[in-house]
Amino acid sequence: MKEYRTIAQIAGPLVFVEKTEPVGYSELVNIVTADGTIKRGQVLDTSDEIVVVQVFETTAGIGRDSGIRFTGETIKMPVGKDMLGRILSGGGKPIDGGPEIVPEKRLETTGAAINPYARAPPADFIQTGISTIDGTNTLVRGQKLPIFSASGLPHNDVALQIARQAKVPGSTEEFAVVFAAMGITREEANYFMADFEKTGALERAVVFLNLADDPAVERIITPRLALTTAEYLAFDLGYHVLVILTDMTNYCEALRQIGAAREEVPGRRGYPGYMYTDLASIYERAGIIKGVKGSVTQIPILTMPGDDITHPIPDLTGYITEGQIVVNRELHRKGIYAPINVLPSLSRLMNLGIGKGHTREDHKKVSDQLYAAYAEGNDLRGLVAIVGKDALSDRDRMFLEFADLFEDRFVRQGLYEDRSIEETLDLGWDLLATLPEEQLVRIDRELIQKYHPKYRKQAQG
Amino acid sequence: MKKGKENGAQGALKRISGPVVTAVGLDAHMYDVVKVGNEELMGEVIKIQGENTIIQVYEDTAGIRPGEPVENTGLSLAVELGPGLLTSIYDGIQRPLEVLVDKMGNFIERGVSAPGLSHEKKWEFVPTMKAGDDVKAGDILGTVQETNIVHKVMVPPRSKGGKIKKISGGSFTVDETICVLEDGTEIAMLQRWPVRVPRPVREKLNPDIPLITGQRILDGLFPIAKGGTAAIPGPFGSGKTVTQQQLAKWSDAEIVVYIGCGERGNEMTEVLTEFPELEDPKTGRPLMERTVLIANTSNMPVAAREASVYTGITIAEYFRDMGYDVSLMADSTSRWAEAMREISSRLEEMPGEEGYPAYLAARLSEFYERAGRVVNLNETSGSVSVIGAVSPPGGDFSEPVTQNTLRIVKVFWALDAKLSQRRHFPAINWLNSYSLYLDALNEWYDREVSPEWNPLRSWAMGVLQKEAELQEIVQLVGSDALPDEEQVTIEVARMIREIFLQQNAYDAVDTFCPMSKQYDMMKAIKHYADLARTAQVGGATPQQVVGIKSKNELVQIKFTKDYEPALDKIRKDMEAEFDAMRAA
Repeated sequence: MKEYRTIAQIAGPLVFVEKTEPVGYSELVNIVTADGTIKRGQVLDTSDEIVVVQVFETTAGIGRDSGIRFTGETIKMPVGKDMLGRILSGGGKPIDGGPEIVPEKRLETTGAAINPYARAPPADFIQTGISTIDGTNTLVRGQKLPIFSASGLPHNDVALQIARQAKVPGSTEEFAVVFAAMGITREEANYFMADFEKTGALERAVVFLNLADDPAVERIITPRLALTTAEYLAFDLGYHVLVILTDMTNYCEALRQIGAAREEVPGRRGYPGYMYTDLASIYERAGIIKGVKGSVTQIPILTMPGDDITHPIPDLTGYITEGQIVVNRELHRKGIYAPINVLPSLSRLMNLGIGKGHTREDHKKVSDQLYAAYAEGNDLRGLVAIVGKDALSDRDRMFLEFADLFEDRFVRQGLYEDRSIEETLDLGWDLLATLPEEQLVRIDRELIQKYHPKYRKQAQG
Repeated sequence: MKKGKENGAQGALKRISGPVVTAVGLDAHMYDVVKVGNEELMGEVIKIQGENTIIQVYEDTAGIRPGEPVENTGLSLAVELGPGLLTSIYDGIQRPLEVLVDKMGNFIERGVSAPGLSHEKKWEFVPTMKAGDDVKAGDILGTVQETNIVHKVMVPPRSKGGKIKKISGGSFTVDETICVLEDGTEIAMLQRWPVRVPRPVREKLNPDIPLITGQRILDGLFPIAKGGTAAIPGPFGSGKTVTQQQLAKWSDAEIVVYIGCGERGNEMTEVLTEFPELEDPKTGRPLMERTVLIANTSNMPVAAREASVYTGITIAEYFRDMGYDVSLMADSTSRWAEAMREISSRLEEMPGEEGYPAYLAARLSEFYERAGRVVNLNETSGSVSVIGAVSPPGGDFSEPVTQNTLRIVKVFWALDAKLSQRRHFPAINWLNSYSLYLDALNEWYDREVSPEWNPLRSWAMGVLQKEAELQEIVQLVGSDALPDEEQVTIEVARMIREIFLQQNAYDAVDTFCPMSKQYDMMKAIKHYADLARTAQVGGATPQQVVGIKSKNELVQIKFTKDYEPALDKIRKDMEAEFDAMRAA
């Protein structure tokens, strides 16, 4: 392989190489430094005159004397069945002291788009055991449902609880977990690892760790390696894979860093104009394929800078993913776990996975009614602050109390409390029963007579 | 059409930067389609600069090197039009996705081309013209029963026309000649049309017929005319997609073209699986039989996303030319604009607002201007109604795509995340939405629904507006402090919102509400309001008036198919209750 020593410029994570033979776009590049270390990179721009290489590791040590080798192929990821139970670096190298991965296949990391026609619609309800997710923001297999959080909130606990408890009721198939950490601290990583080990989840997990002190540019490939692995496990081996990506905010920061180094015209808040397309190339790698056994379900986690849901990162994410679970600071301050605010949360695929044959026939209507009643009660809190409780009508007072009750009983649950969907829905009915029956305008009479605790008691008594 | 391959010189690649590549030594015209690299990836010329030709490539360019060949086809980006369009599912450049699955499996690989129409399938052509007839461009030569829709085979719009020498019925592929003119011109069923050029029409008509959608807030309060343009902006999670799908399913256009532009794969799949299963309420046949779907998901190549809206509207215009009413949904035009922005930034063009290219407004208005109700070249009349979704980042309506769209479209359905959080669906804000077609459509409503409808709508809008004002007072002093009359206004507004405006897309009955039922429902609410007013004049307290029990049954009317008897009963019960109140 030819080695070039024609570096013209090094700027941040980018190396500009001159006078090369034709080099392919997106090709994998090895850079050999004077002390013999090999660093990896990828071609970002190629022409007769100059080739721009993005280096995935620190550019420290790279100089005019470094050799550049163009490998002639795009980045490929070796994958194999024995990846389960392994811990890899953000660049895909084993860091658990174990042997190298025995590759059964080498796959492109960019991942081609699934033909929309080949996709099967997600319809299998995943029970996470968390009422605010199962009841009002249901997750289904093949969905991408991010957790929008902010610094200082227990999003990691929520993600872990999902990873621990997620199952499809009535199905014996197990989830495999692919966990990709991007720029999280060692401490956070240890927290995840300890929980995986404790619950035995590690045996059926593949972990990619790019920690806070690892090169930022490596974060660009970490989620792609993780998803390539997930797709292999799902579509080649037939596993149902749950992918947890944390923290996507760090990924976007890395993207911005490269954009700035390339002197691109920045978009909103300095993030590159192609961030939507770039994020889509990650988030869209979830789903089910007709006639293929496995599935990829994604739970990306991102921290909203300054709790701002309109920040470009959560904003663009929300446009690609199928909803969002929003972790809320006020609930957290009230000491409620899991502090999920159902009002801005949403699962776009919920209706595909609930109802008769999936969960229970009353699910949709109960969920709508809970939502509406809580929203109304929550709105009234603002009013109470101005006029005081006494000025409220009886009806308003009822909804106000409902909102408190909802948070205290429906939202609040234990870190290890695994509620079945029946328990969640029955709990919902118990809360709705505190309101007069004629206020339940979103539920048809038939369902009320079948599930309302009042009629149930009558039926039993 | 432009000259053929003989003039299309061969060039070589010079630079590759993502979806934008530069070639040298290529003799090309703007928007010529070129084949890029050894794998012959499809691309389109978007800029010519000195000896450099800049090309946007519709497929992934990984691995392509400088020096590889580029070949000019000499043709513009065009779609194939003819029998076989209906029921098809295409990507942004009219490659049938179903065929692609057969050719390259479950994932979209590159370098595979597939024609938009099947060139093998035979169609039964029935001529409606005969030898000796004079025809001109656009004239209908005959028909093909494509699905339950009759496909009209037309003389291509750029043909000179002439006298028919020979025309024959029978079984033909789209390429075979079905008609020969005296001057020797052979006409086949297949037409090719460049997507960036509008198909010609004789005359544009005024928008005075509404597109009935069966959605109460749309038909009732903010109607769109056939051939009109509407925008649905909405922050994410406000139910935009569901609203658009409802429109596709229920609007009374004969043909539906749905463009999933930069959309989610799973949601596209929902459309792809739901449409074939959906029954057309008018024919009992699958809805898919009158639908063309274009799916270019967010992770499919960005240049093909840019082309997808043009592909869609060209297909829509083709059906309009046959005399059909077509509704076109573009979801989302913001993704389309972002594709423009991405390509523009790769071209290192001077950016306009927020990095969008300076020609953003021009492109948007060119696109929406292709909507309209028209008299076609063949004297039939047809329409293309365009409903574009915009996705303003952070729900900020002041951003360039939303602002430029609002300057063009006549209807605005303001989706509101607050409403959807309260599970008020469709989450269309009745205070911020508008329709500029109301005046043009008044006459139609008078004639087809009832002369009472227009005053009824004004009354409802008035109540809702009044409620908004009153709510501000309530926020400050509580509802008890309002005058008696206004307390009832608040209740009536609540009824309009919960009974009339809220509509459940997932309920078998409520998902489509005919105009006559909308009228009956609104009239019943008004009836209550009138009774309440009379009772109050007679000295009834707001509590008594609001406490009328039978009015609570009105909400059930939505979910009842044969609702008239039930509605009659409620009306009588309400009157009886008010009578009883007066007696007491």
